[in-house]
Amino acid sequence: MSTLLPQLTAKDFASDQEVRWCPRCGDYSILAQMKKVLPELGIPREKFCFVSGIGCSSRFPYYMNCYGFHSIHGRAPAVATGVKLSNPELNVWVITGDGDALSIGGNHLMHAIRRNLDINIILFNNQIYGLTKGQYSPTSPRGSRTKSTPYGSLDNPLNPLSVVIGCEATFVARSVDVDTKHLAATLTRAAHHKGTSFVEVYQDCNVFNPGAFYYASKKGEKEDNIVYLEHGKPLIFGKEKDKGVRLNAHGRPEVVELNGGISEDDLLFHDENAEDPSLAFLLAQMRHPEFPEPMGVIRNVSRPVYDESVRNQVLAAKELHGDGDIEQLLNSGDTWVVESDQA
Amino acid sequence: MSVADLPLSPEDRHKESVDTVVIRFCGDSGDGMQLAGTQFTNVSAVFGNDVCTLPDFPAEIRAPAGTIAGVSGFQICFSSQEIHTPGDEVDTLVAMNPAALKSNIADLKRGGTLIVNEDAFEKSNLKKAGYESNPLDGDENLAAFRVHKVPMTRLTRDAVEGLGLSQTEADRCKNFFALGLVYWLYDRDSKPTLDWIEAKFGKKPKIAEANVRALTGGSNFGFSTEAFTVHYEVAPAKLAAGKYRKITGNEALAMGMAIAARLSNADLVFSGYPITPASDILHELSKLKHFGVSTFQAEDEIAAMSATCGAAFGGALAVTASSGPGICLKGEAMGLGMITELPMVIIDVQRGGPSTGLPTKTEQSDLLMAFFGRNGESPLPIIAPQTPGDCFWAIQEALRMAVEFMTPVILLSDGYIANGAEPWMVPEVADIQPIKVKYITDPNTDDGYWPYLRDERLVRPWARPGTPGLEHRIGGLEKRDGTGNVEYSPENHEHMSDTRARKVANIANFIPALEVDGADSGDLLVVSWGGTFGACRTAVRNAQQDGKRVSHVHLRYLNPFPRNLETLLKSFKKVLIPELNLGQLSIVIRSKYLVDARSYSKIQGKPFKVAEVYNKINEFLME
Ligand SMILES: Cc1ncc(C[n+]2csc(CCOP(=O)(O)OP(=O)(O)O)c2C)c(N)n1
Ligand code: SF4
Ligand SMILES: [Mg+2]
Repeated sequence: MSTLLPQLTAKDFASDQEVRWCPRCGDYSILAQMKKVLPELGIPREKFCFVSGIGCSSRFPYYMNCYGFHSIHGRAPAVATGVKLSNPELNVWVITGDGDALSIGGNHLMHAIRRNLDINIILFNNQIYGLTKGQYSPTSPRGSRTKSTPYGSLDNPLNPLSVVIGCEATFVARSVDVDTKHLAATLTRAAHHKGTSFVEVYQDCNVFNPGAFYYASKKGEKEDNIVYLEHGKPLIFGKEKDKGVRLNAHGRPEVVELNGGISEDDLLFHDENAEDPSLAFLLAQMRHPEFPEPMGVIRNVSRPVYDESVRNQVLAAKELHGDGDIEQLLNSGDTWVVESDQA
Repeated sequence: MSVADLPLSPEDRHKESVDTVVIRFCGDSGDGMQLAGTQFTNVSAVFGNDVCTLPDFPAEIRAPAGTIAGVSGFQICFSSQEIHTPGDEVDTLVAMNPAALKSNIADLKRGGTLIVNEDAFEKSNLKKAGYESNPLDGDENLAAFRVHKVPMTRLTRDAVEGLGLSQTEADRCKNFFALGLVYWLYDRDSKPTLDWIEAKFGKKPKIAEANVRALTGGSNFGFSTEAFTVHYEVAPAKLAAGKYRKITGNEALAMGMAIAARLSNADLVFSGYPITPASDILHELSKLKHFGVSTFQAEDEIAAMSATCGAAFGGALAVTASSGPGICLKGEAMGLGMITELPMVIIDVQRGGPSTGLPTKTEQSDLLMAFFGRNGESPLPIIAPQTPGDCFWAIQEALRMAVEFMTPVILLSDGYIANGAEPWMVPEVADIQPIKVKYITDPNTDDGYWPYLRDERLVRPWARPGTPGLEHRIGGLEKRDGTGNVEYSPENHEHMSDTRARKVANIANFIPALEVDGADSGDLLVVSWGGTFGACRTAVRNAQQDGKRVSHVHLRYLNPFPRNLETLLKSFKKVLIPELNLGQLSIVIRSKYLVDARSYSKIQGKPFKVAEVYNKINEFLME
């Protein structure tokens, strides 16, 4: 292209609205990384559109200086589907919470993902309902003591990554709010994927569920509790990079010490492009504290994209029948004429 | 009797001319009665009769064969006069089995013609229909009718013999035998049906041939047996000059949308989730993609409505359609459309409720839901088409209103209009007004783009995402007028609630005044809306012919009401509001205008008969 886009900066994406999350809420960090990532994509600002549901996280679009739609609880994927069908050139981001996406909006999440709509879904997982002041959510661990579960919650939590892999997601990733570099890199990867990108972000709710993810975010702790995934590389982690994950004789993952007996070659090598989702599912199932939790791109495969296919069907129909002929449509089927001089 | 019996020579039978005839085909769901009815409608319409139809089928695809629950019927009224209803009483009833006879005989008028497939009147069928003995055996009950017992199953098998069909395949043709017989009886030209068979079964020549033989066999049977001493002709109707076609309400909606999209050069995004009786809109529209239409079968109605909000935000003509249960689910997202002031149309093809109710039957009981069925103050314009063909115009009006006033608009159709058919004058393309879709392209203040900066009609601009310089955020939270920024102050909320309501109320200044059928004042005003138009109009005309001082207004715009409604209501001594619900419009009219309007309600899943409304008019006048 001969016309150069003006180089945008993070500032260009800051709206004039005062950001109203609680002090030290993890959402701030995600907002900052998003504002940093978008200018790097080489897409004009007016082409970005943020769609959200309801929740603390869903206030996000108000703080981004581009197009935005703060919709209703749980329905953002469906709203985004309409946006994308009507305006396919837009670069659409869905911002949602654990309650928004997995409780009230579970159905829409599932269907947007299986359709492989070309959108990026960022799920801010704080394992709590923030906006309604601290009830347990579908990702809260069993036994969570919250406002609505003073004796401990009784239901088993959903694992967001397992859910979306089950929905045939083509891009699945995870990151942590305060792991700024990794988060920015992960959002960038998500932006570049064609089809639905799903990113779970561990987000600290400083008021109602503080520290839920310290194991994965605190320096000195996280090194032993998470493993950064890299395509084609073995799963190695630990402060001293002295631990790894390998598959045992039953094909199950196990944590091993890297020493004389076990070398890198014995470890599990990541393949984000594996068509078969078994590896992605196995990685998603690695949970703290038994395993280091995988961070980064877990799955990245290519499938037909829904909105593009919808558009193509319209174009193909026009190709086949020509642009809709109104006269012909009006006169389709049997017609007959009533003469004016009929007695 | 058998075909072999020597007939009277055809000349000995005479042909009688009649104005209006009502036929009902009824049989088991698997008997092809809807098809027979549709074909009869087609040939009558093409011949030039005015026609009006009432398909009536069970909710179950195949209820147990032979039972009352499984009976499917199709009524058609055809006439040399202008008609508005499918008729109160049936002149000719075709009953394919005992259950069909039992559940339909009450509607056959005394002296009417009854044609039955006598082969189906065997023990097990009689039992399933609840007959203790065969009603065809010298039953007093049928004495009032001209009964023709025709061994249709056997004659159809005979007709298709030699084609190598299985018995099931052969028996499937008996609807065409019945149809052929009725074609003869009413002097119909079977050509459109023969063409249809060719188009439909061209690739299966055996089946095509079998149906043709059955149809011809039926006609020949009528022609050659002495049982039918008279046959009838119904001259073409004196409809306004022009070109006509047959159309159902759902077809008209789909066609209206596709043409609106094409003429306005805007993309149309239609989102829906299958539900009777609205699904055909999705089916029809999904064939019309080359008009610039995208169809989206969503995961549920909430998603369909949410996608509609998203599509409107994205800049498309956005439409969703459903029926009562689905509209309930859409409520919250309709509120989102309302508060974000985006243009979209929500079609409700009403059916019997509450809950799953009567999926295949008609009703008008979603009116108050359309008025008030959302949280908060959320008035939306409501338009109700009055006939199948009118749906074509109503959907375009709804879209135009939505775009012009930046608001969701509700279109209230019903099962009767949706599935019913009528001759429809094909409009000239030049007579169809394009919808002017106008997006704002430049910031509207020195301070940048304000999404809620309104014009003198309180309408906000529509900015298409992707337009540089107009980046903005909207949502379901209360917002400051002008800037659109989130704001919860008490004064602002009152101002915005009031502004949104006034914007909708102001539409009254842009819709046509009500036209009165009859004098502008008098003893009784009948007020109706939606699909009851035909019955109410005809009943009032009949009363007027009796010399009664009765007039009729039919509301197409239900919110806001036309400006002259109040004056009219107050110019009559009495007001009667017939509705297929428990009196919903009358609640609104009584509270809004403080008139003592009388509700006449019917809630049986069936349209009004003319006589019912006519009798009510007389009764009320006598009080
Ligand atoms: C239909 C509906 N039901 C309930 C609510 C109340 N509500 C608002 S946000 C929310 C939960 C938010 O939790 P989550 O999605 O995890 O977002 P967070 O606030 O934690 O970011 C609930 C229950 C609502 N706004 N709408
Ligand atoms: S309640 Fe929790 S999630 Fe919500 S803004 Fe405050 S800290 Fe953030
Ligand atoms: Mg949450």
